[in-house]
Formats: sequence, structure tokens, C-alpha cells
Amino acid sequence: MEFLFIHGLNALLYSSVLFLIAGGLSLIYGVMRILNLAHGSLYAIGAYVTAWSIGAAAAAGAPNAVLLLLLPAGAIAAAAVGAVLEPTLLRPFYKRPEEYQLLVTFGLLMILEDMLHVIWGPNPLSAGTVYQYFGSVTIGPARYPTYNLAVIVVGIIAALFLWAFIYRTRFGVVLRATSQNMRMASALGVNVNRIYIQAFTIGCFMAGLGGAIVVPGQSAVLGMGVDALILAFVVVVIGGLGSLEGAFAGALIVGFVREAGVALFPEVELAVLYLIAAIVLFVRPAGLFGRA
Amino acid sequence: MSLLATQALAKAFGENRAVNSVDFTVKQGEVLALIGSNGAGKTTLVNLISGLYRPDSGSIVFEERDVTRQSSYGRIKAGIARSFQIVNLFDQLSCLDNVALSIFSREGKTLKLAALASRDRAVWEEAQGVLQQFGLDGKAAIPAGGISHGERKLLDVAVAYALRPKLLFLDEPTSGVSTREKAPIMDIVSAIVRSGGITVVIIEHDMDIVFRYSERIVVMHQGAILADGSPDEIRRNDEVTTTLIGTHVTGEPAFENENHAGH
Amino acid sequence: MTMEKHRPLLRTLAWVIPVAIALLAAPHVVGPFQTLTLLYGLVFGIAVLGFNLLLGYTGLLSFGHSAYFGAGAYTVAFMVKYFKVASMELFLAGSVLISVIISLLFGVVCVRYTKIFFGILTLALSQVLWSLAFKFFWVTGGTDGLRVPTPSLLGAAPLADKMEFLAFQYYYYVLAVFTVCVIVMWVIVHSPFGKALQAIRDNETRAEFIGIRIRRYRLIAFVVSGAFAGLAGALWAPLNGLATPDVLVWTFSGEIVFMAVLGGFNSFIGPIVGAVAFTYLKTYAVGFTVYWQLLLGTVLVVLVLALPKGIMGMVELLVAKVRRSR
Repeated sequence: MEFLFIHGLNALLYSSVLFLIAGGLSLIYGVMRILNLAHGSLYAIGAYVTAWSIGAAAAAGAPNAVLLLLLPAGAIAAAAVGAVLEPTLLRPFYKRPEEYQLLVTFGLLMILEDMLHVIWGPNPLSAGTVYQYFGSVTIGPARYPTYNLAVIVVGIIAALFLWAFIYRTRFGVVLRATSQNMRMASALGVNVNRIYIQAFTIGCFMAGLGGAIVVPGQSAVLGMGVDALILAFVVVVIGGLGSLEGAFAGALIVGFVREAGVALFPEVELAVLYLIAAIVLFVRPAGLFGRA
Repeated sequence: MSLLATQALAKAFGENRAVNSVDFTVKQGEVLALIGSNGAGKTTLVNLISGLYRPDSGSIVFEERDVTRQSSYGRIKAGIARSFQIVNLFDQLSCLDNVALSIFSREGKTLKLAALASRDRAVWEEAQGVLQQFGLDGKAAIPAGGISHGERKLLDVAVAYALRPKLLFLDEPTSGVSTREKAPIMDIVSAIVRSGGITVVIIEHDMDIVFRYSERIVVMHQGAILADGSPDEIRRNDEVTTTLIGTHVTGEPAFENENHAGH
Repeated sequence: MTMEKHRPLLRTLAWVIPVAIALLAAPHVVGPFQTLTLLYGLVFGIAVLGFNLLLGYTGLLSFGHSAYFGAGAYTVAFMVKYFKVASMELFLAGSVLISVIISLLFGVVCVRYTKIFFGILTLALSQVLWSLAFKFFWVTGGTDGLRVPTPSLLGAAPLADKMEFLAFQYYYYVLAVFTVCVIVMWVIVHSPFGKALQAIRDNETRAEFIGIRIRRYRLIAFVVSGAFAGLAGALWAPLNGLATPDVLVWTFSGEIVFMAVLGGFNSFIGPIVGAVAFTYLKTYAVGFTVYWQLLLGTVLVVLVLALPKGIMGMVELLVAKVRRSR
């Protein structure tokens, strides 16, 4: 019984982080029709910046409360990077064939991954002190890290917040209008450039937040961005590119399938995920909730 | 003997019944104009017949065979071809290549991977001949994306014509072309199709062209056929005139029509 | 008058002959390290030549070509490990067969879509293969990979000195296969089928309306493309000595795309030029700095921003300028 419970929680934890990353990717695609291959690197930036700032602050003797406040640092850093990247490297490609964006974001991925290496070196960075600070909670006879529960909560809050933001605010209306018909929105006076940069920044913030909250539980390592991207990919393919509900559903599915795989059949865990993605693409290319 | 006949053909896009139970026939060898205001359903009808859209209901019979279930591939092989309102050409390929491709396809040679295309002299000679008929032989080596709009409209027709179809649909072959260029384009087109004995259906908005080049006119309005007859019959048809107010049905300037409005 | 008619041919020979001489003379003129780098370039050149049938000629950007290259490489490794085969000819035949089967399977699924969805699908499917190679380590050797010893060429046993074998015997063998591949692809691209592919690339709708069944043609192009990649993978395996999952991972697919773009995917030889150039670029970058990814990434971004037609695009511009100034 606890087996199911613990694994269920692990799955939710994984899904939370995946939702943040995939949600960001999907949001960007939904509004701008850009598939950012470097999106995983923004997740990595979030992880590294948070781990580094917490590490530096802890070394300087800062109290735990301050360390906690530094958690979102990575998300903010990722958002800042996004805000710089969009107008400089992505905007030139909106009028060009789609394939060029894949190329430029692939180049960006290579650049960002190595920038992390340049700045922080080859060794992993951790923010384990925060993790330990939270301690653990007793569930039945087992103990479960409280921090993980906090991450799950953050994931749920993020989902709700995003949903409200996109469906209940005026900005969200403008965002949705622009995503459905960019020319029309522009003709109606919407500053499309500004919407694009805002959407991109929010998407990067989400990816960075994913990295930021994951880093106390696992270190920031080189290559984490590339691994995360491919998983985020699977999530949006299953859930539907451009759909928030899709990212949510996809994240849950991937989280649970992966956890089941890890617990029961570790060898095929990854292959099964990619296979599910391929099957979904074959049967319903728009994904569960997407519109092609 | 009708070459093509549709029965109760219908296609709706959501609420909009673009083609509403249409019985449309085309007789062998005739030159037919399909007219109507924008949104009347002309292009949708052609899209249904050529196979771009699937009908919601109704049937299409070509040469006494029911082709409703056939894909566009089947219909093309059966002998139906079309040109496009918004020019659809292989822009990076030369004009000669564009026409040659139709011929290669017609001859079933496009799956040959192991032979050089340049060696098939017959195809290239025929392609050159078609370009000459359309007055485009000077542009043979130029990419289709690099010629003038009028020339592109002609090439679009040439590509369809090179398929040697039995039934050819020309979707607004002079749209976007300056008034000066329209007649020359239509002269070339009609000379070619008459000489080949091809049955032609032309969708057109320019009434001068319609009355000058067609033998029979079918008028569509809001997805249905409003009138069907010779140019004279249509000219005298009041219902057509009132529905198409503003268009040059009589060949006279529009503002004069308003003086006759007291009917 | 015959000079006029044959001018394009003479123009082509003007650069083909020196290049051919250089390629033939290379092992005797430069050291083994250089020869091997060139050899890797030629092998990747075959893969990218095949890849470009899809991109340059059919307008489909595959982000999963590592699957067929890797399938070719692993077929060789499996033939060694499980069937004790040592003949290069058998390796080539086996790899082409397997990569054709896999590209047929994947292709049937992928060609139903275009653009981004096509790219995503090819990527996802290649990752399926990668994850299988990665996880089933008792079969595939996992990240350690599987050893691939030097094979016999046309029945002749390999030389004892591996470097000498690779830099001479193997080099000429690969050069011969490379030449055959170039000729075959050249014919395909200039055949009626090749023209039909370009028509599909330029205007899918019109192609359909002149009676070309686009999905079928795309599939054939996909399989031919996969076969070339598989062949290249087979040639690569003995050269590398090892078949590892690195050659199946999606970032390697990205490198294949990079090579095509670097050389210029709008031309026939662009992909080959790009493959050789990229191989040299990467070899020197890796030797020069540990941050070679940063270097290559920057090159790609600059390329796509400023020189989308790649090296051959630049060459064409230069040639046109020279011709105009005459």
C-alpha cells in the first residue's frame, strides 16, 4: 500500500516538474508557433542559478529563510535570458520557413549548454541544504521528504495560476487571440512583438522554475537540459502542442508511466515513453488536447 | 451526352452551405463559364469535382462512371485537370520543367529513379511545344517564380493542359492580370482548347471575358445554380441581373445599370 | 561549337578532376591522422548526401537520421558479435537491408506529416531506438558499446597494422563506395523521380493535381535516404572500432542537419562539402577547446542568420561576381 503511495507521490513530483517545463514549451509554441529546442537549457539555467545562489548564500552563512527566498532566482534568471534571446535570435526567423527555427534553436542549445560549462565548470552543483531543511513527513510506516510534497504543491499552484492567467485575465485573452490569428490581432492593434516577448519570457520562467525547484532534490549537472528537453517533448506530443491542459495531462501520463517503469521494468521505461509518443503522433498527431 | 454530371452534390463548412444540392452537367466539347458573386460556391464546386474536397452528399459521374469515391489521383488519371485561382506552380523549377512534369506524370514515368530525365527527348520536345503554344518558350529556362504574373497565369493553365485532360477547369485564369493582358491570355487559352477539342469550364468574374469566350453560362448563387443557358439567354435573364447587381452583365459600365433599376 | 555545348561539363570537370586527384593522392601526401579525418568526412558525406534527398530535394527536415546511421553501425556490430562475420561486403549488405526495413517502418508513419510534426516524429522514433540501445545493455553493450574489429575487404584479410589498414586499404575502399554513392544519388536526383520530388517540395498541392501521389514518393525518398545513412553507418563502424549509442542519439541527428546546412542544402554537393567541413571543424574544435559545443553552436547560429545557403551558396555568389566582372 505504501509502495503505491510513495510511487504515486514520486510520479506526481516528476509530473510537477515536467508540467512546468512542458507547459512553458507548449505556451511558446501555442502563441508563437516556435518549437524551442533550447528550452531544456533554460530549465538547466534555472537549476544552475538557483543551486549556485543558494550554495553561495549558505557558504556566506545566510539563514535558512534567506535560502528559501533564493529558490526562485533560477526562474528569474531563465526569464531574463529568454527576454534577451527572443528579440535578438528568434525574431529574425518568424518570416522564414519553420525549419530554420529548429536550426537556430538547436544552435542555441549547443551554445547554452556549453555556457553553463564555461560559467560553472564540469562538476555538479547542489542545493541540498534546502532539501534537508524541510525534513520529512510520516506517511503510514514510511517517511517521505516534505520538500517533495512542496514541489507537488508548487506544480499544482503553477497550473492553477497559469490557467487563470490565460483564461481569466485580459492579457490572457490577448495572448490567445494572438496565438489563434496573429495577423488579425495585429490588425486590431495588438503589439504582437510585445506579446511574443512576453509569452517567450513566461515560458522560459516556467522552465527555469522547474529547474529551480528540482535542484534541491537533485544536483544541477551538465546535460540535464538536453535530457529534460526530450522528456518535455514527449509530454507535449502526448498532450498536444500548444495546449495547457495537454501539458498537464501529458505530464501526468509521462510521470506515472515513467514511475511505473522505474519501479517495475527499468529497461524499457524510456523506450515505452518514446513509443507512446510515436503512437500518439501516428494516431492523433495533434495530441490529446491539441489542435494540429 | 454529358461528360460530367453531378447529382445533388453538397458541401458545407460548418453553418455555411457552400454547395447546396447542385445538379451540374457539362457536355462533351463545350466551353462553359461558371459565374456568380464571391461566395457563390463556384470554386467549392470545382474543388469537389477535381477531388480536393470530399462531398458531404451527392454524386459525381464522369464519362458515365461514378467517381465520387475516387481520390484526386484517380480523377486526374480519368482525365479531369484544373488550374488554380491563386497560382500554384513549382517556383524553383524552370517553366519547361513545370510543363515537363505534367507530361512525365501523364506518361507514368515519374517513378523512374534509375534513368536521367534529360534523356527522354519526347517529353522535352512536347514540353517545349506546349510552352510555344502558350507564348512562353522564351522563358523556358527561367524558374517559374521569376516570370510576370500574367505569364504565371498562363503557365498555370499550360501545366494543366499538358496533362491532355478530357475536362479542364480553369479557375479565374485572368484574375490579378491587367485588363490589357486579359484578352491576349484568353485568346491563347481558347485557341488551344478549341484546337485540342478539350471540354473547358472557366470560372470568371470578368463579364466581358465570359460573354466573349463561352458557349454556355451557368450562374451560381449562394451554393445553388441560379440560371443555365447561352450567353444571350443569360444576358436577358432579369433574375441574374438583379442578383449580380454591380457586375457588367450588359457589358456597360455599372453606374448606368442603376438608371434601369426601376423594373 | 562543340566547346559551347559542352561548357557546363567542362566547367564541372574543372573542379571535379583536381578534387578527385587530391582525394586519390591524400593518403600518400598527408599523414594518417589527416587521412582518417578525411575518411570520417567522406563517410558522413554519404549519410548527409542521403539526408539531403529529403531536405533539399523533397523539402522534409528529418531530425532523426541518426536512427538509420546507428542501425547500420549496430548491424555491423551484431554481425560481428553474434554471427562472427568479418566481410565488409556482408556488413554493407546487412546494414542496407536493416536500415531499409527500419526507414520503411518509420517512414510510413512519418510521411503522413510535414514540417514541424514530421521533424518531431522522426526525432521521437529515433529516440525509441536510442533508448533501446541504451537500456538493453546486455545485448548492445550499453554506453560501453560493441567492439567492431577491422573487416576483410573483398575477401582480403586486413593488415595487421590497424592505422595502416585504415589509412590506405580502407580509405580507398570507402572512396570507391563513396564515388558509387555519389553517382547513384546524382542519377536519382536527375531522374524523373527526382524532378517529381522537387515538384512536391515546391508545391505539394500542384504536384498532387498533376497526378503525383505525394505520400508514396515521400516514402520512397525516405527509404533511399535511410539506406544511404545505414550504408554510411556500416562504413563508420570499423573506422570507429566501436558502435555506441552516441551515434543514435538525437543530437547526432542534429549534427547531420548541421552538416547539410553548413555545406548548403540547396546544392547537390553542398551536403558532402558540409560533411567534410564539419568533420574538420569539429575535430579541430574538440582539439582546440573543451567548449567546442559553444563554438559549433555559434557557427550554426551565424550560418542560419547570415549564410543560409551555406558554403556552396557563398561559392556561387563568388563565382557569379567573378563572372560579372569579366
